[in-house]
Amino acid sequence: MQSGRCIRTLLGLAAAIWLVGSSVSPLSAADESVVEFIDAQLTQSWSDNEVEPSAAATNDEWLRRAYLDIVGRIPSVSEYDEWSATEAPRRKAELIDRLLDSPDYVRNFTTIWTNECIGRGTPRRVSRKAMEKFFREAFAKNRPWNEVVRDLVTAEGHFEENGAVNYILAQTQMRDDAVQLTAKTTRLFLGIQVQCTQCHNHPFNDWQQNQFWEFNGFFRQVRRIDRRRQDPNTGRLVDDYSEVVRQDFTGPVYFEKRSGLMQVAFPKVNGREIDPNSEDRRGELGRLLIESPEDDTPLIALAFVNRMWAHFFGYGFTRPVDDMGPHNPPSHPEILERLAVEFVKVNYDVPKLIRWITNTRAYSLGSQFDAQNSIDNPGGGEMPLFSHAYLRSMEAEQLYDSLIVATNAHQSGQSGWDDQEAQRRRWMQQFVVAFDNDENAESTTFNGTIPQALMLMNGELTETAVSAQPGSFLHDVLSSRENDAKKIHKLYVAALSRMPTRGEQAKARKLFREYGASGRVTAFQDLFWALLNSNEFIFIH
Amino acid sequence: MKRRHFLQHAAMAASAIPAAGFLSHVRANAATARANQKACILMWMGGGPPTIDLFDLKPGSKNGGEFSPIDTSVAGIQISEHLPRTATVFDDLSLIRSMSTREADHSRGRYYMHTAYVPNPTVTHPTFGSVVSHELASERESLQIPAFVSIGGGGGDAGFLGMAHAPFSVDASGRIRNAPTEESKARLPGRLAMLEEIESGFIKSRRGDLPKDHLAVYRNAVNLMTSSQMAAFDADRAVPGLGLERESTETRELYGSDQFGRGLLMARRLVQVGVPFVEVNMGGWDLHQNVFQTLRDQRLPQLDRGVSGLVQDLKQRGMLDDVVLVWMGEFGRTPRINQNVGRDHWAASWTAMLGGGGLRNGQAIGATDRDGVQIADGSKSYLPGDVWATVAHAMGIPLNTVHTSKRGRPMKLANGGTPIRELIG
Repeated sequence: MQSGRCIRTLLGLAAAIWLVGSSVSPLSAADESVVEFIDAQLTQSWSDNEVEPSAAATNDEWLRRAYLDIVGRIPSVSEYDEWSATEAPRRKAELIDRLLDSPDYVRNFTTIWTNECIGRGTPRRVSRKAMEKFFREAFAKNRPWNEVVRDLVTAEGHFEENGAVNYILAQTQMRDDAVQLTAKTTRLFLGIQVQCTQCHNHPFNDWQQNQFWEFNGFFRQVRRIDRRRQDPNTGRLVDDYSEVVRQDFTGPVYFEKRSGLMQVAFPKVNGREIDPNSEDRRGELGRLLIESPEDDTPLIALAFVNRMWAHFFGYGFTRPVDDMGPHNPPSHPEILERLAVEFVKVNYDVPKLIRWITNTRAYSLGSQFDAQNSIDNPGGGEMPLFSHAYLRSMEAEQLYDSLIVATNAHQSGQSGWDDQEAQRRRWMQQFVVAFDNDENAESTTFNGTIPQALMLMNGELTETAVSAQPGSFLHDVLSSRENDAKKIHKLYVAALSRMPTRGEQAKARKLFREYGASGRVTAFQDLFWALLNSNEFIFIH
Repeated sequence: MKRRHFLQHAAMAASAIPAAGFLSHVRANAATARANQKACILMWMGGGPPTIDLFDLKPGSKNGGEFSPIDTSVAGIQISEHLPRTATVFDDLSLIRSMSTREADHSRGRYYMHTAYVPNPTVTHPTFGSVVSHELASERESLQIPAFVSIGGGGGDAGFLGMAHAPFSVDASGRIRNAPTEESKARLPGRLAMLEEIESGFIKSRRGDLPKDHLAVYRNAVNLMTSSQMAAFDADRAVPGLGLERESTETRELYGSDQFGRGLLMARRLVQVGVPFVEVNMGGWDLHQNVFQTLRDQRLPQLDRGVSGLVQDLKQRGMLDDVVLVWMGEFGRTPRINQNVGRDHWAASWTAMLGGGGLRNGQAIGATDRDGVQIADGSKSYLPGDVWATVAHAMGIPLNTVHTSKRGRPMKLANGGTPIRELIG
C-alpha cells in the first residue's frame, strides 16, 4: 500500500473498475462447489430444525451489509447509484470481488487485526503504526494467513522496523514469564482458551495445566528490551525504542501444581515436541503451527474460519469464537471443517474464504423474521441456525467511517492514511477503558450506550454533517435544483442506502411544513440528523 | 425514573413549541422532593486486591508479608497498618473473610463477582447494577439520569435485561462528553419528531428486540441531557433544589483528590439525586510483582482516604443507613509470595468488605486458616450471590425476584444467594 487515501481512492476507482470485467464469472467451479456445499448443509439444518429461512434481503440491504462487512463502511451515494443502475445477473458476486480488490478492504481488516493484536488503546511501548503497516502489507499482498501467524509468533527486532514485533510487545506488558502471550496466542490464533489452565487443569476442555506450560515453553526465549535515551534538552531519560530479541533459555519450564508440587514442562504443542535444546523455539513453533499434520485440519485454519464466519454473520460456529474444543462442539461442524480444509487447500487465501462465505445463500438472507424461524434467536441464547441475518451494531470504526462517507467529510481536507488513522484513533479514545491488569484487557463504552447516543446526537462529527457548510454533502444536496422529494430521497440514500417509502416521503414533507419557508434548511438538517441517529443507521441488517 | 416518552414530546410540532416548553416539565420533576432512598455504592478493585495484606493479615506465617496489623475502632478486628483512617470508622464496616469463589481469571472473575453467575456462552447475565436499575428505576419518578452509573471503568453488561439498564460510564472528572449546547437542545423537538418516524418504522419491521433497545437508550440519553440533575456529576456545581452544593475544599480533602476519591465524592452526589447504584472503579491491584512497596506508597493511602472519607461524609449527612457499601475485586491474591515479591491470582480464600446500608456492621465474618490458604475449619464460606443478596435485602429488593432470560429460563436474583445472617440480624 503506497497511498493512504483509501476512501477517496476507492470512490475514484469505483467508476473505473465498473467499466471493466464483468464478463467472467467471479467464482470458479471449485469455489462454486464450496458454496453449494454450505448451502446444502444449511438447507438440511433448517429442515432438521423445522425452520424456514427468511426471504432474501433486498438488494439495497444486501449492498449495505456487504460494504460494512468487507470494507467497513456504508456505500456512498454514487456507489449506491451505480449499483442500482447495474443489471448484471451476477452483480453480487462481482461486487464482492470488487470490494475485495479495494484499498478499503485492506484498511478494514488491518483495523480489525490490529485491534485484536494490540487492543484499541495502544499499550505503552507499542507502535500502532508499525503494527498497522504489517497488516496492511499482509492484506494488500494477500499473504497466506499461516505465514502471517508465523511472522507474528516468531517476530524479532526493532518495533518500527518489524511491525510484527508489536504483537509480542503488547502481550508482554508485565514480567509474567510470557503467560499472557501464551494465553493470547492460543485464543487468537488457535481458537483455544487456556488462560485458566495456568493454575489448574481446565474444567471442561482437555487442556491440562502441563499443556499450558508446554506451550508457554516456546515463548521463554522472548526477551523484550525497552531502550531509553537521554533527552538532549532536559537531560532526562525518555522512552526510545523497544525490541524483541532472543533470550538464552533451554530446558523445561517449572510450574506449581495446586497441591504445591513443582512440575516440569517441555515445549510441546498438539502432541508434537521439539528439541528442548533448540535455540530457535519460536521458529519451531511457527513451523509446527503452519504445517499440515496428517489427517488433521490445522487449528489455525479452523480458528480463522470460525472468526471469519462470525465476522459476516455475527455468530461463529462456537460461542465464544475463541473457545473451540470437544467441550464446546460447533453448531455446524461439517461447514467449519470443510471451509477449513478448503482454506488450507488454497494456501490460506483470505479473500477466497470471504468469497465463499459471502456468496452463500445464508449471507443473502434478510434480517426480518417470522414465526417460521423466530426460534433462530442466538441473541436469546439459542444455537444459531443462520436462517436470517442477525442484527449487529456497527463497530466504532465502522460507524466513524460510515459517518465520514455519508457526509462527504472524506472529500474535504487532504489527509493521507496516517492522518486519517490518527483522527479516527483520537475519536475512538473516548470509548476505550483499559482494565489495567495482566490480561491487557479493555472494554469499550461504545455499543449501544448513552455515551454513544450523546456522541451521535451532539458530537462534532454529527455537527459537521448537518452544518451544511460549503463542500459538505448536505450543502450539495440543498444547493441542487432538484425538488424536495428528490432531496429527501438523497438523504435517505446517503444515510440508509435505500429510498424512502412513499409514506416516509409524505410524513417528512408534512413535518417540513411545520418549519415554514424560513426553516427549510433547518428541516433538512433535522431530517439528516434523525437519519444518522436512527436504529436503522447504526445496525447492520 | 419517569419514562418521559421522547416520542411524545417529539410529536409536538417543532417550530410551534419553543425550547422552554420542551424543557419545562423537566424542571418541574426535578423540584419534586424525594423520600429517603436506598442506594448501593460498589467500590470495584480492578485487578484483584491482596486482601491478605489489607484485611486478613497473617503475622507469623510464611505468607504474612511485610505489614503489621493494627487495631480498629471495633475490639478484636485488626487490619493493615497502612489503613489507619479506615480503622477508625470500622463500626460502620464489616469484613467477610471467607470469600471462596473459584474464578481466578480476570474476565471470568469480573463477570462472576458482578453477576453472581459463572460465565456461560449462551446467556449474558446482568451485572448487579443493572439488576438494581431494572428493579428500582421505574419507581423513582423524579430520577432523570441513568439509574446505574459507573465511574472510571467499564461497569459491565446489562445482559438480558436490555441496554436501557446498562451502566452509564463516566470518568472521575465528571465531564460528560458530547453534552448538548443550548442550541442543540433547542433543536431537539424537531429532530426527535423526525427520528420518531424512522425509529418506529424499523422497530415494527420484525427484527427482534435491538431496535427497541436503541429507542430506550435514546430516551435515557435525552432525559439525561436535558436534566438539571446533570449537576450531580460536577462537584463545582450547586443546585439548591436538588440538595446539591458546590463541594467545599474540606469535603474534597476528606475523600482525596485522586481519581478514586473524586469518584466516590461524585457517587455521593449521584445518590443524593436518587441514583440507586453507583460503581466506582479503582484499578492497579494486579500486583504480580513488588506488591508491598506498591501498596504502601500508592494503593493503600488512596484507598484509605477514599473509604474513610466516604463513610464519614455519608454519616455526617445522615445518609449512611440508606447507602450500602460494597468493596471487592475479582478475587484475592495468592498467600504465597512469588519470586518477584508479588502475589498472583487467588480465589479460594479472600476478603470482601461491606458497610453502611443499615447493616449490623463492625463485624468480621468468617475466617481463613493460619496461612490464609483456605477457609478455616468450621467457618462458612461465601459466594458473590450472598454478597448481592445482602445488598438486595438492605435495599428492599425482594429476594424472591426472578428474571427471565431471553430464552425463557428463570434466573433467581443474585443466583439464589442468601443474605449474610450476621449482618442483617
